[in-house]
Parts: sequence; structure tokens; C-alpha cells
Amino acid sequence: MSSLLSRYAECIFWLARFVERAENLARILDVNETFSRDARGSQNWLSIVQLNADEKRFFEKHPIATADAVIRFYVTDVENPTSIIAAIRAARENARTLRPLISTEMWVQLNVFYNRLKTIDKAELAPGAMTRLLSWIKEACQTHTGITEGTFFRDQGWYFYQLGRYIERADQTTRLLDIKYHLLLPKTADVGSPVDASQWSALLRSAAGYHAFRRLHSNGITPARVAGFLLLNHRFPRSVYLCLREVDTNLSELRSRYSLRGGTDACNSVDELHAILSTKTIDEILHAGLHEFIDLIQCQLADITNHLAVAFFGVLPTVPDAEAAPPPQ
Amino acid sequence: MADERGDSVLNGYDPNGFYCEMLGNAANQPIRDRLALLTVEALQRRSADAEAELYNLGITFTVYSDKDAIDRILPFDVIPRVLSPVEWDHIERGVIQRVAAINHLLDDIYHDEKILKDGIIPVELIKGNANYRPIMQGVKVPHKSYVNICGTDIVRGADGTFMVLEDNARTPSGVSYVIENRHMMARAFPDLMNGIGIRPVDNYGLMLQAAMQEIAPAGCDDPQVVLLSPGTYNSAYFEHVFLAREMGVPLVEGRDLLVENDKVYMRTISGLSRVDVIYRRLNDDALDPEAFLPDSLLGVPGLMRAYRAGNVSLANAVGTGVSDDKAVYAYMPRIIKYYLGEDAILPNVETNICREPDALQYTLDNMHNLVVKPVGEAGGYGICIGPKATKEELAEARAKLIADPSNYISQPVISLSVSPTLVDGGIEGRHVDLRPFAITGEKTWVLPGGLTRVALRRGSLVVNSSQGGGSKDTWVLE
Repeated sequence: MSSLLSRYAECIFWLARFVERAENLARILDVNETFSRDARGSQNWLSIVQLNADEKRFFEKHPIATADAVIRFYVTDVENPTSIIAAIRAARENARTLRPLISTEMWVQLNVFYNRLKTIDKAELAPGAMTRLLSWIKEACQTHTGITEGTFFRDQGWYFYQLGRYIERADQTTRLLDIKYHLLLPKTADVGSPVDASQWSALLRSAAGYHAFRRLHSNGITPARVAGFLLLNHRFPRSVYLCLREVDTNLSELRSRYSLRGGTDACNSVDELHAILSTKTIDEILHAGLHEFIDLIQCQLADITNHLAVAFFGVLPTVPDAEAAPPPQ
Repeated sequence: MADERGDSVLNGYDPNGFYCEMLGNAANQPIRDRLALLTVEALQRRSADAEAELYNLGITFTVYSDKDAIDRILPFDVIPRVLSPVEWDHIERGVIQRVAAINHLLDDIYHDEKILKDGIIPVELIKGNANYRPIMQGVKVPHKSYVNICGTDIVRGADGTFMVLEDNARTPSGVSYVIENRHMMARAFPDLMNGIGIRPVDNYGLMLQAAMQEIAPAGCDDPQVVLLSPGTYNSAYFEHVFLAREMGVPLVEGRDLLVENDKVYMRTISGLSRVDVIYRRLNDDALDPEAFLPDSLLGVPGLMRAYRAGNVSLANAVGTGVSDDKAVYAYMPRIIKYYLGEDAILPNVETNICREPDALQYTLDNMHNLVVKPVGEAGGYGICIGPKATKEELAEARAKLIADPSNYISQPVISLSVSPTLVDGGIEGRHVDLRPFAITGEKTWVLPGGLTRVALRRGSLVVNSSQGGGSKDTWVLE
């Protein structure tokens, strides 16, 4: 069998990233809608705009970050490249290119998913109905993951799919933590209040980590414990540590099984990040500054992506700390 | 089936005097019997399910507007078009004969030019043809097999005679619908098909792959075959995907390939990997900017160097477009006689070559009764159907014809055969044609049946998908 085309490797990597991105966004919107009410019962929707660093584009279209505006911006706005529909459209376009490679079931599900997203109407975005819609989107993403797991042939393409999925997931977890952590940093008056705790549990819920966290820390929620759980836990499927370990395993297996010479730089970047996450405690990280630490992780993840692009996708080298490579068109 | 109420499918169906593909043959009786057990409503319901499935499967061609890409399915009619073993045997022999003659013609005009020296075809018709490729002179093509994939458009007149309307010897498309339509029918109408004995179609990919192996450059043990597509924005992209998958070969774009030392490679995650055979779905002039259109971004610079050096095979060969030209078509019975010493098994439609003064005059005198076609266009564009044209359309066509006579041919209007078709009001006759697909490596094999295209508009004779045509499953009985 011939070796995987570079262009396909790139498309499958981004296909996985876009679906993972859409799922995370649906989680964040859903949790914000359901759980993150402050003491006055109002929700902070601006934080989601900040989380995605979309302030400029958002405020060009909307004067204030109302629930309605933020939800439309992130669910159905096709002109917003960070919306769910844009991510699934990009995933579908990649899948279209990849049709010779992926299973028919993978393609059909993404095709139907995207076509359904195009039909979302106002009523489905209304406050009472939105949770149902977001759950459905989340489940459609998970269906994609499940179909892929169950039908995608385990050759070189599979490894690139896994690499894309875990790199994106790690990145999303850091973004979620970064913005929420600062937003939720305890103000003296709020510490220990029920509202405070519910905010932290909302953060965990959006990463589907609330119950696992409770099992691990039955004696209470603290900001440090939540941050430590999301960054460093070895068993939680969305923690940065676990995602990175998956990246490591998949990259090593890919290279050794197919005797690929390229990818040394990517491996080195993975090792560096692995070392950082293995040796630091959460207290050390918080002491030195969480935001700086998260910045470092995000840069390192972008590095890994760039190294993969140069080694396998036929992309020319770029400046080391540049943003992640743009998705293929 | 039996407890569904309402009119059964062929009740009150009237082909209005045209030759009917369903009623015209005794061999179709078992299928008519089964259709009689279905109601129109049941047929409509299953048809709607089938169309939804085609859309979800993305068995589509893509129409691009300024802002958006719209995926359309090729409308699918669920009532099959049926060919008896005798009818098919006749068509199959006719197609094989025709492909053989075309390959002889191409080998001859790019080497010895005997047919030109013997005065069978005017020299300028070949050498002045936009699709004649001087770069192919003297190039050796494996097995002298130029047209590895051929689609022959066949119609049936009022008396039931099959006639060739057009040869497609460049990159004929539509075969994916033949196979997907069959899969669709098997899912939606198992009760109609069970035990009938229909020749299968799903070994097309295997036969194509085998032919690609046969035409690989000499000395190539385990040839790497690829399918070269213009990319996802091409309207036939689904078919490219389909064929690459059925053959089990990579689907590449021009940017995935490069030529070094007159050899072709593809870019993979483990570096450059040699390519031996390319089933290309690009036109000649887009293949290689060094040899043809310099601004084409779809092709591979240097590909023609590698091809002429014999380091890579292309299917179809370069320069086959001259053989399916509408003017060369008129000479096809004589070409068959010249190379094979046989009469054409499938006759041509009578054709007036407007570059000849008598034929031009005859065409101008009878435009209201004739179909006038530009010779270089595909997809049904630029055709003037005399009896259906308005005064203005006739005047416009006339002006174009006078301005450039050698760009046109004319033919009598054929009373195309009809096939019962599900339409809004029930079942009505609609005109159909047939495009069998022939694969040629060392020898020629014809896929049983082919693509039946149907003109869905009432009275329309144009079956092209770009002009409101659909398709039907085509059954060849065992």
C-alpha cells in the first residue's frame, strides 16, 4: 500500500480539530446557559467572546454581548470563522476532500450534521430551547468521534486524526481554564459562598469533569484543585496532561510503524511540554502565574502543529511561535 | 405490496406513439408484472426516500454560484430502463467495434497518417482540429490503446433502431451513477429485482484497475495507479472519489504530483513516491502548463516530458479529443470500414457536415426541421432544435451558422424512445438515451447497461444533467 498523501494527512488532522472545536464550543455555551449565573442570576456571555479572543470581530457586529448576540455569533453565524457552523462546514469540506480515505458513514454523518445546522431557526436558539440544541450538537460531534472510532481504517491517517483531536482538545482546555480562572478568582466577599462554588462546578461541568473531580476531591472545590485537575490529572480525558500523553503515543507509533524519518522536531516539542507538565505542581504553577503558564502551553501546542506541518504536510517552516497554521481550504 | 391501494404504476400509461423501452419488448413482461403490483403512491414514497438518501450520501454534482456551493443530486427516476439479452448483445458488439476503430484511427493519425493519405477523411478536419495534439506524433501508447475509457451515447429512433449519437473519448463521466443507482434500487426496490436476473455492474472498479495495470509502462512490476482530479470544486468530484475508491488508488490533485528527471512522483508523508499510471480527469490542455495552457494551475509541469519518455501512462491518452469531434463523427462508418473491413454494427444518425457547401445549403434550407450542433461543445450547450425553437432562436442560430459553418453539423430530429417515468402527475413517457462505458486495456470490456439519462421536462429531448436531465437504473437481463 502506498504512503499517505501529505495533503490528506493535513486534511484529516484538521478534520479532527474542527469537530473537537465545535464540541468544546457547544459545551461552553451550554454550561453558560445552564449553570453560570452570578449572584443576581445573570450570565456573563462576554467571557465566551474573550475565551476565543473574538472581541474585535464580535463588537464589529454587535454593540453588547447579550445572550442572544453571543449565541447567534457562535452557533449560526457562518461569517464568524469561530462559530460552530463554520467549524462543521470546515470539517465537512475536509471530509469531502478525504472521501476516498474515510468511511462512507463518517462522511454521511458530517454531511447530514452540516445540512441540519444550516436549518437552525430562531425558535431553536430561544432561551428555553437552546440547551436541547446544544446537547444535540455535542452529541452529533460525539457521534462523529464514535463512528470514526468504529469505522476508520487504522493506518497512517488514523494517527493524524488522533494527533489533531488531542492537540485541539488540550488547547481548548487551556483556553477554558485561562478565561474562567481569572473571571472566577475569588473576591473576598464571595469566597466560600454557594455562588462561588457553583461557578467552579460549572467550569468542571463544561469539561465533563464535575463528577470525576468530586470523586477525587470529595472535601471541596478550590480554584487550585480545579486548575490542577484540568491541567495535570493523569486520568481525566480532557486534561492537558492526558491529551499530551496521547499525542506522544500516537506520534511515536506513527513514526516507528511506518519508518518515517520526519517529525523529530515535533517529538522534541512534545517531550519538552511533557517534561513541564510532569514536574511542576499546581501550586508552583499558580505561584508563577497561571496565565503565563497557559501561554507557554499554547505556544508549545502551536509549535507541535507547525513541526507536524513541516515534517508531514509539505508546509514550509514558519516562525516558531506563530499562530497555529491556518486550516487548509 | 398487494394491500397498497390506488392506481397501479402502468395503468393508463401512454407512450404517445414514441417507441417505449418498457412496452416495446416481450422480455420485459416479468418487470411489467411486478410494477403492476405497485401503486403510484408507493412509488412516490420510495422515490422520495431514495432521493433523500442520495443527498445524504453526497452523491451529488456541485453547482457553484458566486457565494455558495450547492450540492445537487442527479435526479433519479425509480422506474428502470430494461434491455433484453439480444438488445444488449447488439449494443455491446457495436460499442466494441467502435472503440476498436477509434483506437486504430488515433494510432494512425499520430503515426503513419494512412487514412489521410488515402483521402478517407479531409486532412484539415484532423490537423486543423482544436483537439489534435501535434505533441503526440510518434508517441508510443501501450497496446495502441488510446481510449481506455469510452462513453458512447446511443439513442433509439421511432422504429426501435439503436443509433450512435456521439462518442465520448476524452473523459466521459457518469459511470458512478450507474453503480450508485443500482445500489439505490437494491435498497429501495428489492421486491422489484429479486429473481429477475440482472447483469451486475459493481465490478467496474476492478475492471478499470486491471486495464490501468495493463497499460503501465513496460517493465513496471507493481504499478502505482492514481486518479488525477481537478479537485473538490469540480462538479464531477463525487465521481472521482467514487472511482478512486472502487479502484483502491489515491485520488490526487496536480499539486500532489511533481516531475523530476522525467519521472512522476507524488508527495507523501514519507517523501516522494513514484507514480506509473494516471487516470486523469483533466482535459488535455490543463494537464501540463509547460506543454499546453501555461496558466493552468490544475496540472503538473513536466508531465508531458515524462509521458513522451514512456515513464508514465495516461488514461485516456493525450489527443483523443479529435476522434469524438462531432464532424469526425460523420465519417465514423467509413472509418470503421477502412480499418476493420466491416459495416458499422450501430449506425450513425444521418449527419450533414456544414463545412461542405451542399450540406450547409441543405441545413440553411431546412433549419426548422433539423438539430444544429456546434462541433466543439459538450453538455448540450449551443444546440438549436429546429422544430422547438422560436423565430428569434432560429434567426440567431442561422446567423451563427453562416458566420462559422465549419463549426456546425446538423442532424434530423430523432423521435427518441421514451421510458415510463415518475412525474408530479403520475407516470408519463420521457425521452431517454443510453451511455454504455467501455474499458480498454489489452482488450475491450463493456459494462452491462450504462447510464440511461432521461429528459425530465415534458417533451424535452435534452437529457444532459446541466439541462434538467436525470437518470435511471439500466437493467440488462441475463
